[in-house]
Amino acid sequence: MRRQVLFAMFVIAALMLSACKREERELRPSPPASEVVNETQVSGINPGGHPLPGPPVPNMYEESAYSTSEGKRLFSQYNCSGCHANGGGGIGPPLMDNYWVYGGEPQNIFTTIIEGRPNGMPSFRNRIPEYQVWELVSYVRSMSGLLPKDVAPSRSDRLYVRPPEQSMPKQTPTGITGAPEPPK
Amino acid sequence: MMAAAILAGPHFVLMLAQFTGEHNSLHAAGPQASHIEWLYWVIFWITFVAFVLTIAGFTRAAAKSHSSAAEMLPVSTDPEGDRRATWAVGSAVAITVFTLFAVLFMSVITGKKVEGLTSNNPVTIQVTGHQWWWEIQYPNSQADQTVTTANEIHVPVGKPVVILTNSEDVIHSFWAPSVHGKRDLLPGYSSAFWIQIDKPGTYPGRCAEFCGLQHAHMGFSIVAEDENTFEQWEQQQLKPATDPGDPNAARGKQVFLTHACIMCHTIRGTDAGSKMGPDLTHLASRKMIAAETLPNTPGALAGWIIDPQRIKPGNKMAPNPLEPDDLQALIAYLQTLQ
Repeated sequence: MRRQVLFAMFVIAALMLSACKREERELRPSPPASEVVNETQVSGINPGGHPLPGPPVPNMYEESAYSTSEGKRLFSQYNCSGCHANGGGGIGPPLMDNYWVYGGEPQNIFTTIIEGRPNGMPSFRNRIPEYQVWELVSYVRSMSGLLPKDVAPSRSDRLYVRPPEQSMPKQTPTGITGAPEPPK
Repeated sequence: MMAAAILAGPHFVLMLAQFTGEHNSLHAAGPQASHIEWLYWVIFWITFVAFVLTIAGFTRAAAKSHSSAAEMLPVSTDPEGDRRATWAVGSAVAITVFTLFAVLFMSVITGKKVEGLTSNNPVTIQVTGHQWWWEIQYPNSQADQTVTTANEIHVPVGKPVVILTNSEDVIHSFWAPSVHGKRDLLPGYSSAFWIQIDKPGTYPGRCAEFCGLQHAHMGFSIVAEDENTFEQWEQQQLKPATDPGDPNAARGKQVFLTHACIMCHTIRGTDAGSKMGPDLTHLASRKMIAAETLPNTPGALAGWIIDPQRIKPGNKMAPNPLEPDDLQALIAYLQTLQ
């Protein structure tokens, strides 16, 4: 009995320790490598019909609630909403659905922001510091429920017509793996 | 003992009045601050008298009673003494209540006086609080006649000035001690107050409401100058930035426009037009940078651009690891922004 109690306390302590990280504020960040741009697969068309073996790059900011909320701030201040309308889409494609034209993995979104895309998406290479791009990536993924609920923003400073990112249902990303496009 | 306290009193007051710190509400620069200073001294002297009387009473009681605990006096009834004690306590309470009401009354009167400055054609300044700097605008019905700057407010001497306040993010508080009391800047709520400065000079101010990591380094300054100098300053601030003639500075302009600077800052007359950070159109005309944290020298500017997070951890400006040549060119360009 006593050992079980000790074990339970140990587990709780370990959980509490792991929970601390999501509020950690890294003020002088060293972001993940940017070479992913050259290795990211952005299309379902492959030589020989086999997808390239590019492993997904973990975005360390997807574990940090602070960085994700910074991503949310930057999303509005860098005027991403000008085209993507708080994730609902307009001039640009919506970001809160499950369809990703150029892929929904962190390195895909990173590449899209860094390189730009045809028909409107500008390249932000050198304009937005890389760690901020990764923060934006983290926020963009939270809009379709791809982030853990304790990391995604729970509440906005201003009025929004959609539910907070934390309450967005988790979408299964489709797009570049050859899945059919959703009905328009 | 009492005589010593009374003798020491004025000396202490003199010492207090001689404090010459930069932020000093006892060196009033205008009518509002004078009213506040007057109220300060009235309350100071009232509490000083109360302090002296209290200490004198304690001293007298302590000096009078030499009896030890062993020879306790028996309980005695003394109706005459009770009556006198009732009178003494009653009048002390009455005087205290009356004094407190008097002070309250004077506070309200001072508040009214501080508010009651009017003019038909005042200089209007919009102050918007940001984490962690001050956006300063001189609104005009014509958009191209609006001066936008940051952290350094210029006002003409002896003229009433209306300050409109607002905040972009959290609650800040605008406090220049020698000019006015604290005024909160509330997000989404515009309010206004008057200031007037009668003596030319530079008056520092601070954020007086805790607003996050860099609250302690959120300063501003008010420069009061004669009307001609002020108008010259305003005309200069209205001009867009000119293209630098020097090739190094011209390269610096390209660095500015092709790096992260352009994402947050405005330089009127160029493609940079973002409103996230301070307007840099006339950066070189300002004495300080980073909300009165560093002097506006090439070295400080370079240190700030390369690693602002070391100087003010948590502020919203990202580190910019520029190549040395690019950085030198950028500094050369920024120094042309007079």
